[in-house]
Amino acid sequence: MKVIVPVKRVVDSNIKPLVKSDGSGIEINGVKMSMNPFDETAVEEAVQLKEKNIVTEIIVISIGEIKCQDILRTAMAMGADRGILVTTDQAVESLSVAKILKHFVEKEKPDFVLMGKQASDDDMNATGQILAAKLGWAQGTFISKLELSEGKAKVTREIDDGQEILELTLPAVLTTDLRLNEPRYASLPNIMKARKKPLETVALTDLGIDLKNSLEIVSIKEFSSSRESIIVDSVDALLDKLKNEAKVI
Amino acid sequence: MTVLVLLSYEKGNYIRPITRSAITAATKLGDVHVLLAGKDLGDLAQKASALSGVKKVLIADHEAYAHMLAEPTADLIESLADSYDTIIVPANAEGKDILPRVAGLLDIQPVSDIVEIIDTNTFVRPIYAGSILATVKTHDNKKLLSVRGTAFAPTAEEGGSAEIEKLTHFSGSEKTLSKFCELKISQSDRPELESARVVISGGRGMQSSDNFVLIEKVADQLNAAIGASRAAVDAGFINNDCQVGQTGKIVAPELYIAVGISGAIQHLAGIKESKVIVAINKDPDAPIFKASNYGIVGDLFEILPQLEEKLGALK
Ligand SMILES: Cc1cc2nc3c(=O)[nH]c(=O)nc-3n(C[C@H](O)[C@H](O)[C@H](O)COP(=O)(O)OP(=O)(O)OC[C@H]3O[C@@H](n4cnc5c(N)ncnc54)[C@H](O)[C@@H]3O)c2cc1C
Repeated sequence: MKVIVPVKRVVDSNIKPLVKSDGSGIEINGVKMSMNPFDETAVEEAVQLKEKNIVTEIIVISIGEIKCQDILRTAMAMGADRGILVTTDQAVESLSVAKILKHFVEKEKPDFVLMGKQASDDDMNATGQILAAKLGWAQGTFISKLELSEGKAKVTREIDDGQEILELTLPAVLTTDLRLNEPRYASLPNIMKARKKPLETVALTDLGIDLKNSLEIVSIKEFSSSRESIIVDSVDALLDKLKNEAKVI
Repeated sequence: MTVLVLLSYEKGNYIRPITRSAITAATKLGDVHVLLAGKDLGDLAQKASALSGVKKVLIADHEAYAHMLAEPTADLIESLADSYDTIIVPANAEGKDILPRVAGLLDIQPVSDIVEIIDTNTFVRPIYAGSILATVKTHDNKKLLSVRGTAFAPTAEEGGSAEIEKLTHFSGSEKTLSKFCELKISQSDRPELESARVVISGGRGMQSSDNFVLIEKVADQLNAAIGASRAAVDAGFINNDCQVGQTGKIVAPELYIAVGISGAIQHLAGIKESKVIVAINKDPDAPIFKASNYGIVGDLFEILPQLEEKLGALK
């Protein structure tokens, strides 16, 4: 089977994002950037399936500035076979990303697309579902377990009050919950090898896809907690506060 | 303006409180119709009709929607979309599965997880695990929104008397791209995490699944729901659906007690709207303290039994 795994370059999730002083966006100058952790899970799953000889080819795709090459190389060091970078300086929202991915799905004809359920920057949780709709494919979202067989994918989904197991007809779009696996660190020899793997770069403007952004960011601000952080020295003191000051018990 | 809200309910015919929050948000945008899709709906239509603020209940009673699979449900919503300016779902796993698929069918950019309505086109939503709040304006003429339950007070269960309309044409009901196999529901007699008045959560500091008994005993005293950090869930101390945070449940109880949880931003993302936060942690520098109203620095294995005992004595 052939799989496409889209990957997004985001502010590393261990870093607290800060708003630029002019309020125009998030400061990314000099900030560590990484692969979206949910996408890392998707890459790892694809690689494990390749190690089990179920998947034969893994194509990773990223959309963004030229620097996105670094996460494509990381994905290839983890075990992906080749990369495609669609370059653009514009921010692309989920709907546009889905349209770009659809272009490559139609060209590469994978058996399934495996992707993060959300990106840790905009937390939109939409691209996979939009892509599935645009392709008319089945969707398996928020999956924590995946079993593939001839023409079928059996998925366990993390839902509101437990788990749900579905059997999807392939081709399908699958989106990953972090519980699906524990992504590996690429070894040094694999990082070296990944440098030689094919990485194709195309400009978004050359794809001839009609895109518009319909979501305008009016303003952004940092969330500030205004809690008092009072440290008490005993359980009695705590209960006194909760009962008489906060009045919540 | 008319708004369509997808009703999210539990088997056992209980309308989830998050649906009622979504209805509250919808009433700010226009007249509210709710869509009740499923099979063997029991008295849900009556319950939906009684919800305060609802003008009309549309019922799609068909096998195809029995498990609210995204493909047929999205087709159904698409077929109704012409009559609505705005389509809203609760931002739970079900709504998040379905709404973007509708968006794909209608070629519209959805807006997930809104926490505030500024005007009919402008909304506030958290990004970066809730560390940043973004005000966004949509330029699509139809709006597709998912609503955070914690941001809007649930509408009353009584007071409404909406008209009930049974749909007879079922779009998408013939599609079988996916097949339902099994539901594994975590049984619990405790209040639902997302609507409980008190939540007590354990983290990696709990060390084992057995030690969660200490949390349970305190929860019993407070009639609290039990939550957990991702580390605790990943270590197998407790069920996945107890996870609170960016990728888990969003809670906003009157009282949230974090036990042996360090306070990573992804965890805080799920508890920010809580009225009072209490931290119990042995590390005085743990970030959770800065996000709390009250804290005790100490060993949870000593503090939890005392808490249980003294809460018992208070009664
Ligand atoms: C993309 C992404 C999404 C994520 N989503 C979530 C999410 O939804 N929810 C979530 O919770 N996390 C999430 N995480 C993980 C998050 O970053 C943290 O790793 C996690 O919250 C840590 O859990 P913890 O606080 O229980 O563990 P730790 O950080 O290990 O903290 C354990 C705490 O217990 C204290 N402790 C230990 N023993 C005792 C004792 N005897 N008495 C008192 N205190 C004690 C320690 O001092 C420490 O502060 C996500 C991470 C990523 C990258």
